[in-house]
Amino acid sequence: MLQIKPILAALKRHKAGTLLIAMQIALTLAIVCNALFIIQQRVDRISRPTGMDENNVLAIQNRWVSVDGKDTAPLIKADVQALRQTSGVQDAFATNSFPLRGGGWSTGVNLAPKNEGKSAAQTTLYFVDEHALATYGAQLIAGRNFTADEVITADPKDIKSTPQVIITKALADKLYPKGDALGKQLYLGGKDIPPSTIIGIVARLQVPWNGTWSDNFNDNAMLLPVQLTSNYTIYLIRAKPGQLADVVKSAPATLLKTSRMRVISGERAVRTYDQVRGDAYKNDRGMAILMGVICVILLAITAAGIVGLTSFWVGQRRKQIGVRRALGATKRDILSYFLTENLMIGVAGVVIGVGLAIGMNLWMVSQFEMARLSVLYVVVGVVALLLLGQAAVLAPAMRAAKVPPVEATRSV
Amino acid sequence: MFAYYFQLGLRSLRKNPLLTALMVMAIGFGVAASMTTYSVFRATSNNPIPHKSSQLYVPQIDNWGPEDAQQNQGEPPRAMSYTDAIGLMRDRKAARQTALYPAGLSIVPADASQLPFRENTYGVYADAFPMFDIPFKYGRGWTQADDDAHAQVAVIGQQLNEKLFRGENSVGREINLDGRAYRIVGVMDHWDPQPLFFDAVNTGGFDDPTQLFVPFTRMIELKVSTNGNNNCNKDPGTGWDNWLHSECIWLGFWAELPTKAEADAYRNYLNGYSAEQQRAGRFKWAPNTRLRNVVEWLDYQKVVPPEAKISLLVALGFLVICLVNTIGLLLAKFLRRSSEIGVRRALGASRKEIYTQFLMEAGAVGLAGGVLGLLLTGVGVYGISLIFDPQVARLAKLDFPLVLLTMLVAILATVIAAFYPTWRAAQVQPAWQLKSN
Repeated sequence: MLQIKPILAALKRHKAGTLLIAMQIALTLAIVCNALFIIQQRVDRISRPTGMDENNVLAIQNRWVSVDGKDTAPLIKADVQALRQTSGVQDAFATNSFPLRGGGWSTGVNLAPKNEGKSAAQTTLYFVDEHALATYGAQLIAGRNFTADEVITADPKDIKSTPQVIITKALADKLYPKGDALGKQLYLGGKDIPPSTIIGIVARLQVPWNGTWSDNFNDNAMLLPVQLTSNYTIYLIRAKPGQLADVVKSAPATLLKTSRMRVISGERAVRTYDQVRGDAYKNDRGMAILMGVICVILLAITAAGIVGLTSFWVGQRRKQIGVRRALGATKRDILSYFLTENLMIGVAGVVIGVGLAIGMNLWMVSQFEMARLSVLYVVVGVVALLLLGQAAVLAPAMRAAKVPPVEATRSV
Repeated sequence: MFAYYFQLGLRSLRKNPLLTALMVMAIGFGVAASMTTYSVFRATSNNPIPHKSSQLYVPQIDNWGPEDAQQNQGEPPRAMSYTDAIGLMRDRKAARQTALYPAGLSIVPADASQLPFRENTYGVYADAFPMFDIPFKYGRGWTQADDDAHAQVAVIGQQLNEKLFRGENSVGREINLDGRAYRIVGVMDHWDPQPLFFDAVNTGGFDDPTQLFVPFTRMIELKVSTNGNNNCNKDPGTGWDNWLHSECIWLGFWAELPTKAEADAYRNYLNGYSAEQQRAGRFKWAPNTRLRNVVEWLDYQKVVPPEAKISLLVALGFLVICLVNTIGLLLAKFLRRSSEIGVRRALGASRKEIYTQFLMEAGAVGLAGGVLGLLLTGVGVYGISLIFDPQVARLAKLDFPLVLLTMLVAILATVIAAFYPTWRAAQVQPAWQLKSN
């Protein structure tokens, strides 16, 4: 049995308390919805796959000292040879960047020569050799790998395109939506730059960046068979299963044995993929944790506030409760009275809160490049807060139900 | 009377431990959340060079044209091409000026058993040292004559001096950079401006302290390329010289303009320079230049991470909720004592005295909340490294101003929250209360 009329009458006499609880529920809903949404977005971002065998891969960032960039080709070749022969190493190669590294090359790709304006797709470029696919642990789903004699040596400032390229499925689908990209040509610049033929397609390989700006080409990558001569070289190394920890120690030692005129120092010089991923998504992870903590504390505080105010009301109304009990109301009636009262305040709060949540999200969208709040989060938030209110009010309501009818006769 | 009310307040708080604990916790958590995030916000929005921030300017010149500017709200590029930087350096229209870029050099220790290593290194002009107020422990910066002579000299940082020379006065000694010997002319004292304003473009504003300065002119002569970003709007062609004279942007530029009049004159000069380039046929568009001082530049570079802003906002919302909660609990607490108020009023206490008593009580709650908040802020600041880049996290500290602010916010917020409940308490009619009991 609903007792809406008497509840409304009672709430009218407690305007301030009612308003405060409703306001608190509204604000909590607004913040919790948005926080949950931020958490979900960050978790989605963190769980994007790189397309690599991350458990066994290690990256070493190396800078040559007192060597001109042009003269590094034999040094890099020697390094790669030494790395491949190190015990525990399954394969290795030298490159300019790798997924989640943070910095790398990006360029526009077209189906015809084009120098200016919007390109058909944006992609990152990885300069690699024929060992790259085996080292990444990337899955070749069509075509073939590079051969050793296709790999050329070139200076980064001179290289414009190569006759063969391997691209990711995402990029292939973007350029050739019908799925017939293999064997077709693509262009990395104007008329003076020769086209490249797609000789292979890999299932997935992520770009080096993880910011929002690269979100719309997150899986567009292109492999070019080029050994770059540069002062700065990155070695990607895949360890045999279970031997990563040994290789982390032995690989830098191997490099230093080959030549000492190099810098492999700093926090980011030698990293396993676990660390690469951790570094790349540190802010996202932290934000998700922060929002989670804030949600939990916020809900706890709101619940505490409801318990506090309702307890006060119960204390104030002991006599009225006694009278109602004396006039025949059961314990259940009293309990349901307080639960219904809370539900009504809760619904009012939630209605305002939905408006606030959407407003807050719209404002954040305009300020911080965030996505629109999905309705699901609002629904989850509404249900959660109404349930929280009911749970919080339960203890004081049970205490109210225990008020004996004889209370009506006490005091004047 | 003050002490008496305070005592009354404490007694009443003890009488109702659960309600009191709830209030103290609400305030403590609310204040701690906002103060923790504020500590990050404060660190990232800090003015790195307060006494000169309105005298140091970054000029920007549009050498890419309106099509590229359009993608950037009409703004010129954030960095400068070599052609323009050298043009401005040659004209010397500011009191002091420097072009700069992070140079990719490695330090080769004299001790052959040590491995080469890297420190943050910048190629700058001689003016940079007095401009940025770089403090010296030994020696001084190089001179303009050294710039002109492309001298192979270096200024090293305190940490590097510690590492290479065990902190001794190393002026006049040599340092091996990429196989070449540079004469040390100065050793900096501790210098770590936060944010790292002079190269916000490449560092995002936060990086380890710079440990090595070398002459810009020498770096260019040795063809040392930038360790930072290099952006080209079209293919620069092959080789160093083509790149150097291309429209690729990779340089920072700072000008010291002590007065507003000089800044205005420099603005005119920049437009004049661009117009001249237009006449010469290099620019095919009207002058589009900017001149921003340190604060405007850091704001434009969005040095404050969006994470810091979002979490500060969420934390402020959190504090508001905690205060709404406190209003409710205080209301419950005060009105429960209606009969006590009635007795006091009947015995002659004025409304003002009721106000004083209850605001004092709220102040006591605020104080307790502040102490708890302080402890939690300590935990929060410690935990910040979980969320923010370590380069940012190391700047967030629980120092004396933050402690003071935490206590102040806690007490003030609680007292403000107490106004409405206190007003209600003061409205209690003595006669009514006495009658019903």
